[in-house]
Amino acid sequence: MSPTITTAGELTVDEPPGSPVYDVTVVGAGVVGAAIARELARYRLRTALLDAGDDIGNGTSKANTAILHTGFDAVPGSLEARLVREGQHRLRAYAAETGIPVERVGALLVAWDEEQLATLPALLAKAERNDYHAARLLGADELRAREPHLGPGALGALEIPDESIICPWTTPLAYATQAVRAGVHLHLNCRVRHIESGDDAHTLTTTRGPLRTRHLINAAGLYADELDRELGHDDFTVTPRRGQLIVFDKLARDLVDHILLPVPTAAGKGVLVAPTVFGNVLLGPTAEDLDDKTATGSTADAIALLREKGRRILPELLDEEVTAVYAGLRAATGQEDYRIRSRPELRYITVGGIRSTGLTASMAIAAHVADLLGGSGLDLGTPHELPPVTMPNLGEAFPRPYQDAGLIAADPAYGTLVCHCERVSAGEIRDALAGPVPPHSPDGLRRRTRAGNGRCQGFYCGAAVRALFEEARP
Amino acid sequence: MTRHERTVDVLIVGGGPAGLGAGAELAASGAGRVEILEREQTAGGVPRHCHHGGFGGRTIGGGGATGPAYAESCVAAAVRAGATLRTGVTVTGWAGPLTVDTTAPTGLERITARAVILATGARERPRSARLVPGSRPPGVYTTGELQQAVHLYQQRIGTRAVVIGDEPVSRAAADTLRVAGVDVVAMVTDRPAPKLAALTRPSGDRTPVLGRTIVTALTGRERLTGVSVRHQDGRTATLRCDTVVFTGDWIPDHELARRGEVTLDPGTRGPAYDAAHRTDRTGVFAVGNLLHGVESAGVALAEGRAVAAPVLRHLTAGDWPTGRPAVAVDSPLRWIAPNLVDPDGGLPLRGRFVLRTDRRLSSPLLVVSQDGRELHRQRLLLPAVPDRPFHLRGDWLDRADPGGGTVRVSVH
Ligand SMILES: Cc1cc2nc3c(=O)[nH]c(=O)nc-3n(C[C@H](O)[C@H](O)[C@H](O)COP(=O)(O)OP(=O)(O)OC[C@H]3O[C@@H](n4cnc5c(N)ncnc54)[C@H](O)[C@@H]3O)c2cc1C
Ligand SMILES: Cc1cc2nc3c(=O)[nH]c(=O)nc-3n(C[C@H](O)[C@H](O)[C@H](O)COP(=O)(O)OP(=O)(O)OC[C@H]3O[C@@H](n4cnc5c(N)ncnc54)[C@H](O)[C@@H]3O)c2cc1C
Repeated sequence: MSPTITTAGELTVDEPPGSPVYDVTVVGAGVVGAAIARELARYRLRTALLDAGDDIGNGTSKANTAILHTGFDAVPGSLEARLVREGQHRLRAYAAETGIPVERVGALLVAWDEEQLATLPALLAKAERNDYHAARLLGADELRAREPHLGPGALGALEIPDESIICPWTTPLAYATQAVRAGVHLHLNCRVRHIESGDDAHTLTTTRGPLRTRHLINAAGLYADELDRELGHDDFTVTPRRGQLIVFDKLARDLVDHILLPVPTAAGKGVLVAPTVFGNVLLGPTAEDLDDKTATGSTADAIALLREKGRRILPELLDEEVTAVYAGLRAATGQEDYRIRSRPELRYITVGGIRSTGLTASMAIAAHVADLLGGSGLDLGTPHELPPVTMPNLGEAFPRPYQDAGLIAADPAYGTLVCHCERVSAGEIRDALAGPVPPHSPDGLRRRTRAGNGRCQGFYCGAAVRALFEEARP
Repeated sequence: MTRHERTVDVLIVGGGPAGLGAGAELAASGAGRVEILEREQTAGGVPRHCHHGGFGGRTIGGGGATGPAYAESCVAAAVRAGATLRTGVTVTGWAGPLTVDTTAPTGLERITARAVILATGARERPRSARLVPGSRPPGVYTTGELQQAVHLYQQRIGTRAVVIGDEPVSRAAADTLRVAGVDVVAMVTDRPAPKLAALTRPSGDRTPVLGRTIVTALTGRERLTGVSVRHQDGRTATLRCDTVVFTGDWIPDHELARRGEVTLDPGTRGPAYDAAHRTDRTGVFAVGNLLHGVESAGVALAEGRAVAAPVLRHLTAGDWPTGRPAVAVDSPLRWIAPNLVDPDGGLPLRGRFVLRTDRRLSSPLLVVSQDGRELHRQRLLLPAVPDRPFHLRGDWLDRADPGGGTVRVSVH
């Protein structure tokens, strides 16, 4: 079956002609919506996945800290705690199956003063209550032996050996690829503007015309509250909480072995230093409550604040070159839990407030939503196996095509490097452009291959990558 | 399948003017098998995409050939001399002290040499490395990317551009923009504005050069819409444009050097090296922009040629100096190159050191001292200005103690 992906024009179906009618429509193709679509693809349903943007994963999902959390510090007993714990196991297994890079580097919650040191035992106890039993306390010497480049003054740490880093880009791409391969229709550049709810169907007015669906799932991220209000519900308001991050050069990677977490305070999780699966080092994020849901810019104040915090944690990091600065917006709702709610009588499920753990929890959220859907009068039938997918490996800890003699012998394009900083070959770029869920911008290509993502930010390869992208455009 | 293992006498990484110059001279002087590896499909380095004149002269912008013509002549000279030039081959890392791993369409190799010359060049710091805040729209370039886009790929750029920086390369960027039909609405520099009048715009007006001005943010989502700036007196403004080019602010491409544990000079961020272009790794030499951000192509080529004699000497004698004193500068000097004392008493290229300063110095007095002992003082006749090379004579080197402490160069 050739995948159905549309990016322009009226939404129609061939037979019978007219506006399409789906069993289920998922609004929002972020990591959460894509995971839900993938889960629903296992059933004999006509499912659509819509996104306002020109690519999947182009909202909050593209700009996070990329940590596969254990959920050790979640609010015990919350829905989030359960779904993070479960999601982590599911995603870890899925990553192993599909080739999404994951590195189990472990986290250290570092105490920098006596007060922080005194809270570590309580955090250990909280981890236990969250059913996480591998955490343990480290003294100052052991901590320093583990992280020799740590700044002066670290007194001890809580070790969470299972905290991991993951690729934030191939995760939603794997979900979406598998979903469309199994028959889910993906409609991009398709913003839902209004919803009329009738007795047996919702009519969505989109920027690409009307679409009818029996069941509706709202996974609109920052806009989940607005979509809710379209249907007359005013349960919560999403406040964008901006997180700005600095990505340091790969040459800094040797400075740090674990995810270095601060001891949490009332103000939030705080600023961390973490390796990335691409071999860089992240510093961030900030936590700023805003009212503009599009404010993904960085600011001088935040950059200065991050540098000041980073200097304390890992002084040598600040001497390294910066590769990128970016910001993401968390969907805060004034409640420390997800806002997932099913309204069976309306055949409507809201998947809102997926704050700062949505990447980790995505597969468990999806399974939870499928359960809710089953409970709202839709006969899902028996699930079938999904066609397997293999993601291109974007991870630095696993063999990349430029290192694979057999692959290059079979196809020299994998030995032709285009992006030198990230060592991306012409073969990988070609594959991404011809992939089942192809990119629609150089930025989308970057998230599928790493091309242009490196220290020179295009000084060497920018023009060449753009030329390859333009060439492949239909 | 695995890596094909080979040996050569001299391996040169990078086929820009510096690497090609080294290859030409070494091959001509019978160094044995001399191989130059270039990761691009075409050798020649940065000049390949500098379609303006100004190559081959002593300073950037000072007469001479166009970049591509210059690149071709460097390539031809190396090949004519008998060096093996292989393009599309990337050196990806080290497998031993003088052994590198490579990737090419023809497969993976592991090449061991008797001497390795690093000639990997330099790049401009992009917007992110300069920590310029704001949104991340398309339309943001470095000169390198801009020149490739315009001259190698004939891509559309935009309509109104702002150029950040005031180095010779900033002028090259502005010229490229004009060739591409883009109106350069302003040049912005955090330094005092140069007296030199800027370019003429299509309207007949001059492009204003905003001195003592810093970029505070970029704006726009689908496309760049403006560059916000703050002048030294606190005034702020937003320059409306759809293109911005960050120029200059050089960083040597030192990845391979660092991965090989070559010590870097803290000033240049390139490998620390002596007048014989020796790094602190036995058998590893370095030449060209890798050593000092940007110098003209002529200097890079000359450094490449000059490395031949010490490489030949090393191939026969095999010795390597250890514990050489560093040559370091005090603020406001930014860096000096070379930055290790050659114990054999060798002089740098043209008998002089190259320096940069962070701020303008009118006829500065440079004082060289070691362990509290003054070795040399020299008054410069011309002002030293940021982003332009100036020089210090090297004839005091025989007075330096090769076993002594750091040699310091300061301004009095
Ligand atoms: C700084 C930061 C750090 C984080 N770190 C981590 C971490 O380390 N680990 C972790 O697990 N999680 C982390 N997260 C959280 C994680 O990124 C989010 O929970 C997750 O990306 C949310 O996914 P989503 O699909 O709900 O939202 P999104 O990715 O925003 O997707 C929503 C989609 O809905 C679309 N949409 C909205 N309205 C409409 C409409 N009307 N019509 C059509 N489409 C619409 C949007 O275009 C968007 O693509 C972090 C978040 C941030 C901001
Ligand atoms: C925009 C711009 C304009 C300029 N204008 C002028 C001018 O008008 N006049 C003038 O005289 N000079 C000019 N210059 C300076 C001049 O281009 C440089 O001085 C000269 O190119 C330096 O030569 P190089 O060999 O050291 O480095 P480069 O020319 O940068 O060459 C380095 C080469 O090494 C290759 N390489 C790097 N790493 C690897 C690896 N791992 N494996 C294989 N190959 C590798 C690169 O692909 C590159 O080709 C300009 C420079 C720039 C950037």
